[in-house]
Amino acid sequence: AGDGSGAVAEDGEPPASARVLFPPTFSVSEIKNKQRRHFMFLRWKQQQRKEKLAAKKKRRKEREALGDKAPPKAIPKTIENQRVYDETTVDPNDEEVAFDEATDEFAPYFNRQTVPKILITTSDRPRGRTVRFCEQLSTVIPNSHVYYRRGLALKRIIPQCIARDFTDLIVINEDRKIPNGLVLSHLPDGPTAHFRMSSVRLRKEIKRKGKEPTEHVPEVILNNFTTRLGHSIGRMFASLFPHDPQFIGRQVATFHNQRDYIFFRFHRYIFKSEKKVGIQELGPRFTLKLRSLQKGTFDSKFGEYEWIHKRREMDTSRRKFHL
Amino acid sequence: QVVWDTLGNRQFCSYKITTKTQNFCRNEYNLTGLCNRSSCPLANSQYATIREEKGRCYLYMKTIERAAFPRRLWERVLLNKNYEKALEEIDENLIYWPRFIRHKCKQRFTKITQYLIRIRKLTLKRQRKLVPLRRKIERREKRREEKALVAAQLDNAIEKELLERLKQDTYGDIYNFPIHAFDKALQQQDAESESESDAEKEEDDDEDMDKREFVEADDSDLSDFEDMDKLETSSEEEQEVEEEVEKKASRSKSKGKTPLKGPARRKRPYIEIEYEKETEPATKTKAA
Repeated sequence: AGDGSGAVAEDGEPPASARVLFPPTFSVSEIKNKQRRHFMFLRWKQQQRKEKLAAKKKRRKEREALGDKAPPKAIPKTIENQRVYDETTVDPNDEEVAFDEATDEFAPYFNRQTVPKILITTSDRPRGRTVRFCEQLSTVIPNSHVYYRRGLALKRIIPQCIARDFTDLIVINEDRKIPNGLVLSHLPDGPTAHFRMSSVRLRKEIKRKGKEPTEHVPEVILNNFTTRLGHSIGRMFASLFPHDPQFIGRQVATFHNQRDYIFFRFHRYIFKSEKKVGIQELGPRFTLKLRSLQKGTFDSKFGEYEWIHKRREMDTSRRKFHL
Repeated sequence: QVVWDTLGNRQFCSYKITTKTQNFCRNEYNLTGLCNRSSCPLANSQYATIREEKGRCYLYMKTIERAAFPRRLWERVLLNKNYEKALEEIDENLIYWPRFIRHKCKQRFTKITQYLIRIRKLTLKRQRKLVPLRRKIERREKRREEKALVAAQLDNAIEKELLERLKQDTYGDIYNFPIHAFDKALQQQDAESESESDAEKEEDDDEDMDKREFVEADDSDLSDFEDMDKLETSSEEEQEVEEEVEKKASRSKSKGKTPLKGPARRKRPYIEIEYEKETEPATKTKAA
């Protein structure tokens, strides 16, 4: 066994003379003894690392030597680069999409015919954290009201809301004293989106020194909503906020989509100079992941689902995203 | 008697469950749930229980005469749905039976009807559906979320977006940053009076009014819609209001991060206006 390990150690070195027959070399994985195998593997790994470092140094020297004529640096592969091309990606000049959006449920909002009025509620018996989160959310979204639900069925709330001119309904679902789900439904018969909410941070848990959000209407930033589905969700978020932001308030609400996770942040910005802006986070933050999108208002049994997240079909590839 | 001496208390009874304080009997025909001499269906030759199946209650009775026939041991009587009538039926069936059994039967029947009512009420209300989490999936999602957060670089993205909006002039004339042409123009105007610069500001306000629109920028560019929105006509009232607003904002541009309320704001500009007249570049360096 000692000879065997000796033979492996000399594997990388060139043979002393071509005529000497070496015993057949063992690969590291064939050693039966776990400790020794582990040891050999570590040694092999170290060797690989050394070689890699040497190669890097060589490349860098070459690059310096060439100076201006050096070939451009290789772009590292990221998940966003390698993303599987989604056929429903929206082209900016797509007429069909433009036409669709002009006639869908958000058209009256984008034509400034309706002012959003939002009802925020929770599931039964909300606990402290959820309640506080609801309050903070209502300060972030202008023209929103929080109502507590005492055992009322959603299906019965919805016609009442429509009668009182609400445009959107947000239901925050709670589990074990933390909010973990969000149902956002556009009321006059609009689409309903069901999200899973995670990493909710209340205002006092965010490290910042700012004050509360004021009553000004914030701006909205929607990032990275590329596919058709993402587009419609983005419009849904946009329709929560009134169309005319008040720039004095210098507040901005951001919905940033990255790999199917939507991050919500609420900041106050200040332009320190023409090319520098400082942002200060105030307001709650949370991340959403879309679970399903329904055509009509909230109806779990008879609703027409436009999109559901099916784990077996959709989570198969690491580089495939739907939003 | 014999059964109890052998089985019940001393030796092993497979229906018996012992806990620290009490013995329970797991037998389905047991009247109370406890393992006692008086409530063991094996030890008593004359016994009765109430059991319910599919929402209907039955009275089960066991008598000595049928002790030899295990198949016909328990006699079953369907009870009335009406609570009071059912109680009368129990009474009439257990008419010469020991008081204990009768009493316990009625108690048990009462409890059963109560919980049946509760079940019926609850099924009418909305039920909470418990969806089981899957640990592996939860962990995977959490990890992916963290990585996505890191990859997102939110602060940078937001800052970039805001700067772009500034460049595209969506903010109108609130922020007077020295773009090079503006700088030269200002240096020229430094010598001139302030009323002229005010007039210029007003003109700029009118021009930039049309460019104010609701800003919603996707990376995929709803640029078509931005164009559509830019074409909206602005009323005169809006212009007047926004002019005032802009003047206030331009005065307060060199404030700190916390926006002050209305009356408090007006105090500062009274002081700052003097600075503006004399040394304009000074205020700009402050803002920068």
